[in-house]
Amino acid sequence: MALLEIRDLVVSFDTPEGRVHAVNGLSLDLDPGQTLGIVGESGSGKTQTAMAMMGLLAENGRASGSVRFRGQQLLGLSRREMTSIRGSKISMIFQDPVSSLNPYLSIGDQLIEVLTHHRNLKHKAARERAVEMLQQVGLSDPRQRMRQYPHQLSGGMCQRVMIAMGLLCQPDLLIADEPTTALDVTVQSQINTLMGELSEQSSTAIMLITHDLGVVAGLCDKVLVMYAGEVMESADIEPLFEDPAHPYTQGLLESVPRMDRSDSGILKAIPGNPPDLIDLPPGCPFRQRCPYAFDRCIEHPELRPVDGQRQKRCHLEALPKIMNGQGS
Amino acid sequence: MRAPVLKVEDLSVHFQVDAGIGLFRHDYQTIRAVDRVSFELGPAETLGIVGESGCGKSTLARAILGLVKPAGGRVVWLGENLARLDAEQMRKKRSELQLIFQDPFGSLDPRMTVGQIVAEPLKNFYPSMSRMQLRERVAGMLKMVGLAPEQINRYPHEFSGGQCQRIGIARALVVNPRLVVCDEPVSALDVSIQAQIVNLLKELQNKLQLALIFIAHDLSVVQHISDRVLVMYLGRVMEVADRNSIYKNPAHPYTRALIESVPIPDPKAERARARKSLGGELPSATNPPSGCVFRTRCPYAIDACAAREPPLETLESGNQVACIRHQEIPALAAEQARAEAEAESNS
Repeated sequence: MALLEIRDLVVSFDTPEGRVHAVNGLSLDLDPGQTLGIVGESGSGKTQTAMAMMGLLAENGRASGSVRFRGQQLLGLSRREMTSIRGSKISMIFQDPVSSLNPYLSIGDQLIEVLTHHRNLKHKAARERAVEMLQQVGLSDPRQRMRQYPHQLSGGMCQRVMIAMGLLCQPDLLIADEPTTALDVTVQSQINTLMGELSEQSSTAIMLITHDLGVVAGLCDKVLVMYAGEVMESADIEPLFEDPAHPYTQGLLESVPRMDRSDSGILKAIPGNPPDLIDLPPGCPFRQRCPYAFDRCIEHPELRPVDGQRQKRCHLEALPKIMNGQGS
Repeated sequence: MRAPVLKVEDLSVHFQVDAGIGLFRHDYQTIRAVDRVSFELGPAETLGIVGESGCGKSTLARAILGLVKPAGGRVVWLGENLARLDAEQMRKKRSELQLIFQDPFGSLDPRMTVGQIVAEPLKNFYPSMSRMQLRERVAGMLKMVGLAPEQINRYPHEFSGGQCQRIGIARALVVNPRLVVCDEPVSALDVSIQAQIVNLLKELQNKLQLALIFIAHDLSVVQHISDRVLVMYLGRVMEVADRNSIYKNPAHPYTRALIESVPIPDPKAERARARKSLGGELPSATNPPSGCVFRTRCPYAIDACAAREPPLETLESGNQVACIRHQEIPALAAEQARAEAEAESNS
């Protein structure tokens, strides 16, 4: 059985300007121990998918559809029931590690609280477990770190603390929302290496939300590519990068400058801008920016299987092959 | 390279920070945000400056444009030392030297229309321009950056991030500058939009023959747009190299580490890489390490690295590097990679 089964998730927000359609009918499956990447640009709905799952939507947000975690429906759970799952069976780490930690509490107090709350551990046992966890995520002097406050640590160290906190209760699922975006490249690489090791060693499934295709290439087993609140393509990692099935995936891959290919030509940018989520155009949401759009794209395409595990939301049978290496 | 338009010589910027001993007692410490940086920039050349946060890249940009006062050194623009100019003289110079900012929304006044935003530098530098001329010039500029003329009366909030960055570019270029400093111009943008802006900058640079300084923390973007790349760490220049050799033959261990840190969007290549992330974090700028500032995180550091600061050596290729072991490093790195591969296959 899948660990997580999302069906037709719809998330919208009522704003003075109108209703914002953030997620429009998303479905996905995640197996135990698997690492799933959710890729998309800002406003594609990747973060709101996670927030809806965790019951953390803003007050003007509404979610419908079905989110089953180990068979249990998460949408519509009471606050109390959700609290017993959050941080214990599903935990989440955020983009900005420094402001995600409580500035008034020492690192130790914040870690110990998780264990005394969810695992009923005595204070002393919880402390030992917390120190162990800090060591595991590669923080030096864990005992001293326990006494320190978030402002005394660097961004990279705070993100290690967040990861330690996320893994304290050995959750079945860890949601990481742009965990390295706010960090410097060398520190980013440390954290990515750490995430990779942790996913290999533990049976925790990871849902990695990111805009960085390079990070996905290094860490994930499967990928969902989102655009304007919908899944455009879903595939295993290697086929997605080798032979993207959706024009948007292809465009994304081509717009990243590659250091390992020494061309200085023009980057293949995707023209135009993402659509307005309040007033979504009919048909395929990508059609206005798509180089291959044709008459039929005015009909909204369904997500359909391409081969095996792979799915795409596009009327085209096959994409013209891209030139490998942008002409280098 | 043709005769340089900009020469930066031993430029230093220091900041005094309060170490905060008590309410009424102060103890000031000096941060050398930019420490004796020198480089030259040719006409129509693009120099990329990379480094992580706190390495001094933005301060360097601000010092070149006279927005912070340097503690020492010279900024020579077309033969004239800018560091000597007073505020009024510098203000006049700024029509030749312009800046593009990181935050596309934050750098535009929300109460002004796009037309007013782009016209403002013109009014400032050419007060005698007629309204007709202004309108024409602004419309032409907006067209050049890819905005529609009918958008001229709209406000910044009606535009996306990429479009706002286009407005910022139009505002910088409208006065016909010869040098444009771009401080992280694409890091706030989504990838597909980032590529649009990088292409636009490249195209405009070509068309207008601008000298461009492109500052970013993203090495792949910098390498893509630049002719030469300057790598900074803790206020100091580690390496200056042309765009092709910096990826293929990085001379400085820090450049090497930066390159290894950038993930490649190709699962096979990415997983096959002998990845060694750099340990540790940036040392405190108030108390930098002795000798080579990078030695505390350098996998190849030896005792001699602590003894004295490595000079910026010019190599045969014209590239420059500040590392006493730069000749041995390719061999050392290859050796290390071999040892790791062996350990991997044994396990």
